[in-house]
Amino acid sequence: MNELPLIQTADLKQHFPLHKGLFGGQGPVIRAVDGVSIDIPRRSVLGLVGESGSGKSTLGRAIMGLSRPTAGTMTFDGIDMARASSSELKSLRRRMQMVFQDPFSSLNPRMSIAETLSVPLRFHNPGLSRSRRKDRAAEMLERVGLPGQYISRFPHEFSGGQRQRIGIARALIVQPDFIMADEVVSALDVSVQAQVLNLFGRLQRDLELTMLFITHDLAVVGHISDFVAVMYLGRVVEFASTRELFSNPRHPYTEALLSAAPSPKSANRRKRIVLKGDIPSPLNPPSGCQFRTRCPYAVEDCSHEVPKLRELSPEHKAACIRDDLSLAPATQQ
Amino acid sequence: MTAAVEQRAASSTGSDWLKSRTVKRFIRHRLAITGVIMISLITFMCVVGPWLLPYNMLEIHIRDRFTPPLTGDYLFGTDEMGRDLAARLFMAGRISLMVGVAAMLLSTLIGTVIGLVAGYFGKVTGTLLMRLTDSFLCFPQVFLLLTLAAFLQPNAFMITLIIAATSWMEVARIVSAEIRSLRERDFVTAAKISGASHTWIMFRELLPNTVGPIIVAATLTVAKAILLEAYVSFLGYGIQPPLPSWGNMLNNAQQFLDTAPWLAIVPGVAITAAVTSFNFIGDGLRDALDARSDMP
Ligand SMILES: Nc1ncnc2c1ncn2[C@@H]1O[C@H](COP(=O)(O)OP(=O)(O)OP(=O)(O)O)[C@@H](O)[C@H]1O
Ligand code: SF4
Ligand SMILES: [Mg+2]
Repeated sequence: MNELPLIQTADLKQHFPLHKGLFGGQGPVIRAVDGVSIDIPRRSVLGLVGESGSGKSTLGRAIMGLSRPTAGTMTFDGIDMARASSSELKSLRRRMQMVFQDPFSSLNPRMSIAETLSVPLRFHNPGLSRSRRKDRAAEMLERVGLPGQYISRFPHEFSGGQRQRIGIARALIVQPDFIMADEVVSALDVSVQAQVLNLFGRLQRDLELTMLFITHDLAVVGHISDFVAVMYLGRVVEFASTRELFSNPRHPYTEALLSAAPSPKSANRRKRIVLKGDIPSPLNPPSGCQFRTRCPYAVEDCSHEVPKLRELSPEHKAACIRDDLSLAPATQQ
Repeated sequence: MTAAVEQRAASSTGSDWLKSRTVKRFIRHRLAITGVIMISLITFMCVVGPWLLPYNMLEIHIRDRFTPPLTGDYLFGTDEMGRDLAARLFMAGRISLMVGVAAMLLSTLIGTVIGLVAGYFGKVTGTLLMRLTDSFLCFPQVFLLLTLAAFLQPNAFMITLIIAATSWMEVARIVSAEIRSLRERDFVTAAKISGASHTWIMFRELLPNTVGPIIVAATLTVAKAILLEAYVSFLGYGIQPPLPSWGNMLNNAQQFLDTAPWLAIVPGVAITAAVTSFNFIGDGLRDALDARSDMP
């Protein structure tokens, strides 16, 4: 159990200057990700939740190395991405793959499925012959539940759910260790969502994948993840194992998210905590605890300093100064 | 959300579907079809015509000078040396059309590569390239063309080069705008994660998704190139006699405008017909490729 986590971020920050000054003047910055330190243990799934605009995708992109972080480090399997040599990076890139949200824009409309699935092989396994690539593509397609002979078809011949499966096949074809999945089911019909989620779960177990699963849907998180990180305005405000987070939330924001999640059995029986107002702008977040403008439990002290993400019990951290609260758990689903 | 997805699915259900729809829309475009028929006829006459006519374009018949059209064997009459105007027109058409098409190919190639690189590399490279494009666009094209033509030796090859060098900007702008919107798509990020090179992303992922607009722009460029060649040759800086082109036939006709107006009218009509045909086809293609024009 004392294995090194596959993914570790330390105080990772991603700020975007509001207007790009020609001479790099210090204008206002959007603090999309503002000091995130998380570990993703090997072979486990971390669910990342939070409202729209909380910085989930930005964090995911920074972890994937798609953007250069403003500060902090991102370590993959003990290798600091910012300091890795280019050959190290090349092999790291193969080991981290991504599945996208939009099943329509994530596949090149002018490429057959065989071509699309061959691209990662062409660059990450240059030794493979054309026909071997095609065989691998067909194998992979079957693995995600589509007939292998579909490889000569084009994206438009598939439904959203099938395209998402193709996206999964493309990510898995180079045998990665880590998959970043950003809202991969949110564009799909509810019935299809379950199928795609089950596929993810099965592949994750079979291939012993480590995963970052980004979503705003707590039901999805409960279904697939081992751990959950809750993000608010660029920071992680609570981190716990899934069961612990649902049964014993320690941050008022988590409580609010849990109460807002639709739960079919107890539709109106429990009191919903309605959050006041919108998420504040990451341009000038509130002082002290960033959640204090909407927190029903806020007290005077909350405005003084940013609460640290404290370890409350093993594998449970929260960033709230009030330990005296007893917050409502999620209703049994 | 589901509705949006379904709607998008409906609007992109298939290349075959799309192709046939595109073809249908094009066929329904009357002007475009007129253009296709006209330009096919013109091309056919230019290619085959000279063999069907009784006279070679260089044959001089002094006694038949200034024969009006439809007299004897002379379909379009004769010029001041008694040469068969029809024969000259068709031979000139070969040159004019060839210059037009070659200039289009070259300028489309230049414009596509510049637009592709500028659109893909945004930042410094892209900005510089687009500034270059804009600065070319600042000068009226005809000025640029005449200046170059005045310095260089005016033969068919040079004229093609000069026209291409002054008409690639439109394509470059179209391609770069198209690429800038495409490069944010997830499939491009996916290619990057797949380890694909810049060249791969530009030429294999992005370029195939811009063929539609490129074909439209290229068709309109042929029309422009034919017109430019005619214009420059008409002013005497273009293709030089005895090699005939529609433009220098017009130039020659100026002196005889009152005595033999057909010398100007015949090549004039040919130029107009060819140019409008290509413009019609270009417009038709543009509408046909635009799925929105299908909506009632
Ligand atoms: N490239 C960028 N330049 C400027 N601001 C950005 C950029 N990318 C993201 N942002 C801003 O950073 C904040 C976080 O955005 P992000 O997309 O990461 O949120 P998210 O949690 O993924 O939201 P959603 O659920 O809507 O996907 C937003 O305020 C967004 O406007
Ligand atoms: S620190 Fe204060 S404002 Fe922030 S979540 Fe805790 S109680 Fe609410
Ligand atoms: Mg997002």
